[in-house]
Amino acid sequence: MMGMITVEQDLTRRVEQFIFREARLQDEHEYAAWEVLWTDDAIYWLPANGDDIDPEQQMSIIYDNRSRIGVRVRQLLSGKRYTQDPKSAIRHLITNVEVLDQTGDEVSVGCNVMVYESSLRGETLWAARTEYLLRDTPDGFRMARKKVALVNNDKPLFTLSFLI
Amino acid sequence: MNVMTRPEVPDFATLIGKDRVHGSLYTDADIFRMELQRIWYRTWVYVGHESEVPEPFDFVTKSIGPQPIIMTRGADGQVNLLQNRCPHRGNQVCTEAQGNARKFTCPFHNWTFANDGRLEATAFADGYKGQDMSALSLGRVTRVASYRGFVFGSFAADGPTLEEHLGGAAETLDRLCDSSPTGEVEITAGFLQHRVKANWKFVLENETDGYHPAFVHASVFKVTESGIGSLYGSKSTAVTRDFGQGHTELDLRPEFRLRDQPLSWFGTTPERLPDYVAAMEQAHGPEKARKVMIDGTPHVMIFPNLFIAEIQIFVLQPRAVDDTVQHVTALQFKGAPDMNRRLRQQTMGSVGPAGFLLADDSEMYERTHRGVLSRDPEWLYLARGEHRERMDDDGFRIGHATDEVPSRGIWRHYRQMMEME
Repeated sequence: MMGMITVEQDLTRRVEQFIFREARLQDEHEYAAWEVLWTDDAIYWLPANGDDIDPEQQMSIIYDNRSRIGVRVRQLLSGKRYTQDPKSAIRHLITNVEVLDQTGDEVSVGCNVMVYESSLRGETLWAARTEYLLRDTPDGFRMARKKVALVNNDKPLFTLSFLI
Repeated sequence: MNVMTRPEVPDFATLIGKDRVHGSLYTDADIFRMELQRIWYRTWVYVGHESEVPEPFDFVTKSIGPQPIIMTRGADGQVNLLQNRCPHRGNQVCTEAQGNARKFTCPFHNWTFANDGRLEATAFADGYKGQDMSALSLGRVTRVASYRGFVFGSFAADGPTLEEHLGGAAETLDRLCDSSPTGEVEITAGFLQHRVKANWKFVLENETDGYHPAFVHASVFKVTESGIGSLYGSKSTAVTRDFGQGHTELDLRPEFRLRDQPLSWFGTTPERLPDYVAAMEQAHGPEKARKVMIDGTPHVMIFPNLFIAEIQIFVLQPRAVDDTVQHVTALQFKGAPDMNRRLRQQTMGSVGPAGFLLADDSEMYERTHRGVLSRDPEWLYLARGEHRERMDDDGFRIGHATDEVPSRGIWRHYRQMMEME
């Protein structure tokens, strides 16, 4: 019994450390290092108008496959992505990290996220429920899927051009 | 009678010159209030598409400027544009974004309205004994008309018909529908709502500005295989067009005709969309289908708020002098699922708060809004291409792809509307 708890605690701790590292790479605009964290079959998804829409049929704020994640990163690195030049100053705060499921080498994780953004326009507060599908690899966890459901994704939103 | 004090009417003849406009037109809150009266609550404003309320009793919430509007499909099949305000004491009767409802019931005192706005019942009706309640329905947008499924509303009882208002720009909607094998477009993929802290006219003018893409969108042209860049270069054969009535177009057909490749406008080839191509050939015959697929869909800004950007529509909503929402979604062609999937994918990549294109446009809107608050120079300079402006065969002003023909056209119309009592 003690062993089980230790294994679970160990997993939760590894998951948290991964999520915190991903957040730091986003906060510090380490785009290339962030891109490495994705698997080849990855999906990066920010739904609009709720968190249970069908992204194959309905508009999402972001619905990137791996190749489009690459375009997003290259655009940020191009030196001409004006909405991020100057870069937004951002900090992710992450709480309520919970391992939801574990199957084979995959772990489903949920957490609550707030991001404080300061940009030329002013200050903006973003809040979301974020869910990950992480795959355990020899190089550590990799993101196979990340879904960021903004609490106000059914309302008019200012530009969100940093990595969330 | 207007019981409120009338602000002094600005001198638009001075503020709007032949090739310059004054910065205060974008930032003055009194001018914005006047625009609501003289433009938004008067002219034909695009509200929604018939395909958003396909069945009787369907409804969807929309807007005309800051005013919420409920668009409903009545039992009789007619589209109604209603105001979301109980005639009793003003409460909003509808808080859902969309749905199907035979009635709207105000939660405040339980008054009930039919889906065409008529008052059907009041609670504890004995309290209204002897009262004539017949005029107490949900407010209606005075005139409602649609063109090719696009529904417009006007709060003015008199004035040009919708077709007169659309004028030469109506043809662009026909052209759009030609790209659908059934002749019909649909709006079914839900809207992204992208807010900018900027005046709505920066957005309006930018939609047909062919001068900015080479710079504002340089990052996209650099990192993708996009063939869009050359359309907006100094050697482009594309033209800007002023249809009058404030409607403007960036007509890219000359470039696509030079390429002479079907679906090049969409960055793809017939081999990748075999079902769509077959359906188009079936509908139009091979010769016309090829021509339509070479020309592509229009890039047209229908004054004051409907922008058709080849593969998507934007609906502009001013909420305050410095608060504008761009409602945007993919166009969908009825009967073309393979095409539609690609339209959605490309739209999601390019537009909305995180879009590869629109996030940068929106950055410019906000920076420009802050910029024009400066006192010197007070003017925006819109003279580009004046020397080469000319008339096309239909009598519309045209210019080079990068010329400011559209902005000048928009301001000519704007001045006319704002000077009209």
